[in-house]
Amino acid sequence: MAFPERARVQELFKGLWITFKSMFEKPVTIQYPEVKRPVTPRFRGRHVLNRFENGLEKCIGCSLCAAACPADAIFVESAENSDDERFSPGERYASTYEINMLRCIFCGYCEDACPTEAITLEDNYELSFTNRYDAIYTKERLLVSVPQNGKPTPQEVEPGKFDRSVPVMEDPTD
Amino acid sequence: MEPALIIEWVIKSAILLLFGVTGFAYLTLYERRALARIQVRIGPNRAGPFGILQPVADGIKLIFNQELIPATADKVLFVLAPIITVLPALIIWAVIPWGRQVIIGGREINLYLSNANVGVLYLTAVASIAVYGIVIAGWSSNNKYALLGGLRSSAQMVSYELALGISFIGPIMLAGSMSLVDIVEAQSKVWYIVPQFLAFLIFMMAGLAEINRAPFDMPEAEQELTAGYHAEYSGMKFALFFMAEYIKMIAIAAIGVTLFLGGYRIPFIDIPPAIEPLVFFIKILILLFVIIWVRATFPRFRYDRLMAFGWKILLPLSLANVFITAVILVFRG
Repeated sequence: MAFPERARVQELFKGLWITFKSMFEKPVTIQYPEVKRPVTPRFRGRHVLNRFENGLEKCIGCSLCAAACPADAIFVESAENSDDERFSPGERYASTYEINMLRCIFCGYCEDACPTEAITLEDNYELSFTNRYDAIYTKERLLVSVPQNGKPTPQEVEPGKFDRSVPVMEDPTD
Repeated sequence: MEPALIIEWVIKSAILLLFGVTGFAYLTLYERRALARIQVRIGPNRAGPFGILQPVADGIKLIFNQELIPATADKVLFVLAPIITVLPALIIWAVIPWGRQVIIGGREINLYLSNANVGVLYLTAVASIAVYGIVIAGWSSNNKYALLGGLRSSAQMVSYELALGISFIGPIMLAGSMSLVDIVEAQSKVWYIVPQFLAFLIFMMAGLAEINRAPFDMPEAEQELTAGYHAEYSGMKFALFFMAEYIKMIAIAAIGVTLFLGGYRIPFIDIPPAIEPLVFFIKILILLFVIIWVRATFPRFRYDRLMAFGWKILLPLSLANVFITAVILVFRG
């Protein structure tokens, strides 16, 4: 091995200078639990079950999400609606709705399959649990809270008003 | 020997050991923070303000770690190896002077444990013992990676010890003494880094190789040898290796400060003896930063290049340095 030429020794000091300079740059660290990075508009985080403005659930218990789910993570059981005890518009509602978050792969197919935009994947990605049973999100945990002008389900409604199960929908904006 | 002297020595030794152990703990934090800053990160800042409790948390974690001894390991040597490694790192502090004398309670107390007249020789002798610990650890683990790490380390340490020892000769010749106290006192006008800059460079490079620090961290080369000689160690036994490495880092910095950067003295200014240890400490911190900085900058050497560099460049250079220094000293009378 030849004695290193002057140029190579200079490179060593150049390298030292670069690392020294970088000490005075602003750290790129994000102090996670206190500071969170915003997620992208179409981020696929934890699912929620949405409601109409009057508080009725959008989910009609059709099980299309369960059929679309490639990981078999969704379980739906449906029951009949009546005007005295109405959960959702139309004939049926989901009496049981469970998503196993240990199976879910967050592909968003359930969202695509849903005819009423009831299930959507939202921004929450903090899904830690210490127990396998906690990984199964039940309907109570998935449902969004009742909107301000709405009433909680089941509602007592005037007969013949909510007989259309699939609402009028618009194209997504984001 | 009067009993008071023995008590004095015991107290000084205890303080030095305590310094070594807490110094090790906080050097890990210092290194992690400095490396993080160089990599444009923040570093550990969760445990306590500015992360100052991080070493405590790490220590507690290591104490409660499960101790594992491989079934095929040589048990006696396996347990002995970390002890052999950590002892030299601690006893090396005996000859390093922290200051001159302070007067406490009418008693003159030397701020060093011993002013051995062969202090520098003691340094080189003690520093070489550590290699036994590493080789024994590598061999007794009965693990291929560990054995390779131990072998590499013995080859590396033997090669660089020569250059390291010869780089000490420059300051020794200038000061005309092997006592570290005399060497520091001889630097009251000008630090030896000025007339012996080449020796200082050789000392830093060989020193880094001697304590297995990047870019000479061949014995533990994570990517090739998983962890090298301590691959099979866990819990407090691993902590002892870790401790030895970091205390040796402080020791190398302290030796560099003593031999080349004027030890506890500031040129031309006569500072009160009580703050001399503080001056010494700050100089150690600066040199430690250089060691960390080098680690953050340079990639690891290839093994054959490491050996070639040690034998074909550092050794002849250090010999030439000794020769030139001797010639100049003779001609100047």
